[in-house]
Amino acid sequence: MTKLHVSTVVNGDPVEFLADPGMTLLDVLRDELDLTGTKEGCGSGDCGACSVIVDDRLVCSCLMLAAEAQGRRVATIEGLAQGGHLHPLQQKFLEHAALQCGFCTPGLLMAAKALLDANPDPTETEVRYWLAGNLCRCTGYDKIIRAVMDAAADLRQVRV
Amino acid sequence: MSDVLDKADVQSPLKIVGTRPIRPDGADKVTGRAAYGADLNMPGQLVGKVLRSPHAHGRIVSIDTRKARALPGVKAVVTGADFPDVASEMHEGGEAASNLRDLAMNVIAREKALYDGHAVAAVAAVSAAIADEALSLISVTYEVLPHVLDVEAAMAPDAPVLHASMFTEGQETRPTVASNIVKRNRMGRGDPAQAFAAADVVVEGRYTTQAVHQGYIEPHACVASWAEDGQCEVWSSSQGQFMVRTYCAKVLGLEVSSIRVTPAEIGGGFGGKTTVYLEPLALALSRQAGHPVKMVMTRDEVFRATGPTSGAVILVKLGAKADGTIVAADVELKFQAGAYAGSPVGAASMTALACYDIENFTITGWDVVTNTPKVAAYRAPGAPIAAFGVECAIDDLARKLGMDPIALREKNAVRNGVKAAYGPTFQNIGFLETLAAARNSDHYSAPLGPNQGRGVAAGFWFNVGGESTVALHVGEDGSVVVVTGNPDIGGSRATMAMMAAETLGVPMDRVRARVADTASIGFSMVTGGSRTTFATGMAVVQAAEKVVADLKRRAALTWDVAADKVEWRDGAAICLDPTKDPKPLTLGDIAANSAMTGGPISAQVSLNAQGAGPGFGVHVCDVEIDPETGHVTVLRYTAAQDVGKAIHPAYVEGQIQGGVAQGVGWALNEEYIFDRAGKMENAGFLDYRVPVASDLPMIDAIMVEVANPRHPFGAKGVGEVPIVPPLAAVANAVRGAIGVRMTDLPLSPPKIRAALDAKPG
Amino acid sequence: MKALAAAGARPMAGGTDLLVQLRSGRAQPEAIVDLKRVAGAVGVREIAGGFVIGAATSGAVIGEHAALSKAWPGVVEAANLIGSTQVQGRASLAGNLCNASPAADSVPAMIAARAVCVIVGPKGRREVPVESIATGPGRTSLAPGEFVLEIRLPPRSARSSDAYLRLIPRTEMDIAVVGAGVNLTLDAAGVVTQAHVALGAVAPTALLVPEAGAALVGSKLDEASLARLDAAARAACKPISDKRGTAEYRTKIAGVLARRAALIAYQRAGGHA
Repeated sequence: MTKLHVSTVVNGDPVEFLADPGMTLLDVLRDELDLTGTKEGCGSGDCGACSVIVDDRLVCSCLMLAAEAQGRRVATIEGLAQGGHLHPLQQKFLEHAALQCGFCTPGLLMAAKALLDANPDPTETEVRYWLAGNLCRCTGYDKIIRAVMDAAADLRQVRV
Repeated sequence: MSDVLDKADVQSPLKIVGTRPIRPDGADKVTGRAAYGADLNMPGQLVGKVLRSPHAHGRIVSIDTRKARALPGVKAVVTGADFPDVASEMHEGGEAASNLRDLAMNVIAREKALYDGHAVAAVAAVSAAIADEALSLISVTYEVLPHVLDVEAAMAPDAPVLHASMFTEGQETRPTVASNIVKRNRMGRGDPAQAFAAADVVVEGRYTTQAVHQGYIEPHACVASWAEDGQCEVWSSSQGQFMVRTYCAKVLGLEVSSIRVTPAEIGGGFGGKTTVYLEPLALALSRQAGHPVKMVMTRDEVFRATGPTSGAVILVKLGAKADGTIVAADVELKFQAGAYAGSPVGAASMTALACYDIENFTITGWDVVTNTPKVAAYRAPGAPIAAFGVECAIDDLARKLGMDPIALREKNAVRNGVKAAYGPTFQNIGFLETLAAARNSDHYSAPLGPNQGRGVAAGFWFNVGGESTVALHVGEDGSVVVVTGNPDIGGSRATMAMMAAETLGVPMDRVRARVADTASIGFSMVTGGSRTTFATGMAVVQAAEKVVADLKRRAALTWDVAADKVEWRDGAAICLDPTKDPKPLTLGDIAANSAMTGGPISAQVSLNAQGAGPGFGVHVCDVEIDPETGHVTVLRYTAAQDVGKAIHPAYVEGQIQGGVAQGVGWALNEEYIFDRAGKMENAGFLDYRVPVASDLPMIDAIMVEVANPRHPFGAKGVGEVPIVPPLAAVANAVRGAIGVRMTDLPLSPPKIRAALDAKPG
Repeated sequence: MKALAAAGARPMAGGTDLLVQLRSGRAQPEAIVDLKRVAGAVGVREIAGGFVIGAATSGAVIGEHAALSKAWPGVVEAANLIGSTQVQGRASLAGNLCNASPAADSVPAMIAARAVCVIVGPKGRREVPVESIATGPGRTSLAPGEFVLEIRLPPRSARSSDAYLRLIPRTEMDIAVVGAGVNLTLDAAGVVTQAHVALGAVAPTALLVPEAGAALVGSKLDEASLARLDAAARAACKPISDKRGTAEYRTKIAGVLARRAALIAYQRAGGHA
């Protein structure tokens, strides 16, 4: 099968790659672009470990073909910290001990970022339902929810 | 050595232990930099894939791999014939013992495939697509055999027999006919029959649970390389790099020193990664191919081919006096082992009545093989299942007696000086304190609304100590590296660094904790059994104390004073000789001068820690039931636990909350569902339903600290206890809400609606 | 169009079902045609009082459309129940419909809304009611080379609204065990003049249940009419027992959800039950 040439922007940088038509965006991020921060937990869109943001939409990268990234902007966990400084979400996750094994953490951080971009003042229920697509087996979600709401409060202050 | 806690009272109060610093590996984990099992690539690596049996039970008549081998791009193909025969030998893994021959046959089948998903062949090729095609070209001829899944069906005399050489052990006479019953264990004391006859009140129940999976989000993954000279490298995510090394060596017939295993970060294990599935296959493929081989399981493979824990039948009978004293207990446990012997029924038997001081009891356990994946350890293996039955029965007893459920437990609780049901005499336990903490919680006295119910349950786990090695090195600028052999599953790097820093008297950010490969640190048992903070922590403290003693000696040398005239305080040597008045020498000062005082400053400690403190948990759960749909909402959850000493309270809370979440999932929605052919129907996260964020409320963790004097800071293991009570806590809450005792897990909505419909009146 | 006409070609909208099937081997297309790049396939338009929803419009975009959410809260909430937030970023109504799972969340609400599909193919354009698309689990009435271009919702009369409810064992992320969509129009006195009820996951395809709708017409959702609704919903069920629920359970819940969805739709339409 002939590979497709794809031009896209990943974490703000122009990127080109060749992809088999059947390759997913997740495959390309991990295997072609060496961005292994995005994880595969299930390959079927049920766990959220592969979450990235494409054109400001939170998506499962295992449910997108690599070819669909043509002309789009992709944001992964590797682009969340800027210039050596952690994003408030990352900082709050650490302060609240909102990670144990850390495997679900990249996906959760991207999902939380998309949440706060869309809704800067979510209730606990809204946070829980928005993040329902991100499975965590270690934490029971308690500290994750607290970290997200604390980061939301911080970010609201900055905006004001 | 320091196995007594009072030194902390004598010196200044703790500065770091008990606080909540940010974990040292945190930046890597929140930026995606941390490398897990599937994140490493070796130059020239091939892709390895496994061909798995589609039959739950079958004799492997022949395997033809010729077409697969001939496919361009395929570099290696292996079957069971490529692996040596392994002698039957038990190996202590820390949580449970494994039979190495069974483990080897589980890695790749020999004469029989014993479950749908059992590995029968593996290939390595230059791409995933070619590897997949190669699998489809392998032709396996099976003689399909009848299969058996249910534990009682497997015990029946007419059941299909998995192993022709299995003759039940542990009974009065050894049977002459093979069966699926590996062994029966029995323990007891007193005269239960008489005690039951004399009891005022008797409750009985039969409870059933299904197989459930640990559900770690990271599938198994490894990269392995077998070089031409027989030196092997393995990168894998596991709960113990030494365990991986041992099992690979045994399965492949190698010396352990010819394998170096580097631990990747691990994306969850909960006991399920205390064994190997892929690593021996990857090594065998690499040997044939002459290239490294990378293997990553799909989620489907994780469910179908790695160990869940047992499904089980639990029979409980309790007899009590009118005042609530439990005088007799009879517990029978029938556990699925999966395809090979070794369910956690033994541990379940030992923990079943461990919370209570009962004079007369019998506990019988049956280990039974079934055509399902070989079970692996899952967080307090066996204990949650036994506790489900016992704690529901205790709840029924409390109702029958008209007693408060916590009061009934307090009346019968084990306390210091009591001989445990499983043998040892309890010392320094905090069960009564934990019961009191639950009873005094705001939760316990909060009012309930319509269709709501509250459940209480207790739980116990032994926790283990075991073998650990730690090395501690002081750099020339006084910064410190502490090296262990325990993968960091839940934040243990932080805890190790905290304990080292506390002992050395330096700020935590001067101490870096590293997890080393098998060639770079001495032996350590797995990260499991709730042992790391206790045993490896003990070794860390001892190594730090050795370094402190060394630092004092060097200061004495530098000042030319007697050794006992030097005190170590807040990271510096203080001179106690009144005739001299030098400035204190900091760790950095002494390190900078180390060449003059004896050379590098380093200490290593290897130990086999004893005296791990058992843990107790008491949980309170509120649920609301929708009576028309049977849907259960968990409204509120409080988990009190005796933790000894919370070294890093946030990570201790995290263990409690995580264990609760798994237990809630086990109670409400998780189960292995098989079709009539013995194939798993729900081998994915869509229909294997673990709790999602919107399913749970905040989980209040109450940490009760009754110190374990055998640990330098009083710590007890904490990771496993929290999964033990939730099954019954939820079931008892449902009982409270709907007035019906549900005994079959999971308590899914259709079952609850059916129970309500069947309710009289 | 030509690409789709080729043998073995599959259209793709959001891809959230197709990619799962690619991976499991259930679907092995020769080619995939990305409908998101087709003119008119993405976006929500209001025309002549009705709405036109491009086939490949994501649930997230649908949920953000204020006018659509106001006129058809049931259709929108149904669309927004498909999968997780991540799936919502991609999944489409047409994809949900054409994947033809009996449990598809958006379908009962669209059927109750009397939505119409605009289908485009080698032989031109045609319009069919939404309920005629799925013919059985995983099977549709689309001819080779055809795809759904857009879904049209009719103009809304005054005092009309809809609702969709589903039963799942968890709170999110599950395939519906039962789904119920109810669409009502009331008169000035609050009496139901039109009612459409559709059920999902209780038959090989989602069902329009005329008897259930008829049970509500002329009523103000008193207990007697709700009981008739409940009975009619249950009578229409032809469910299976599978790993997600028993037939008996699904039938009971169909009645329960039909009632509850009817009450919500009634309230949204301005009625006071």
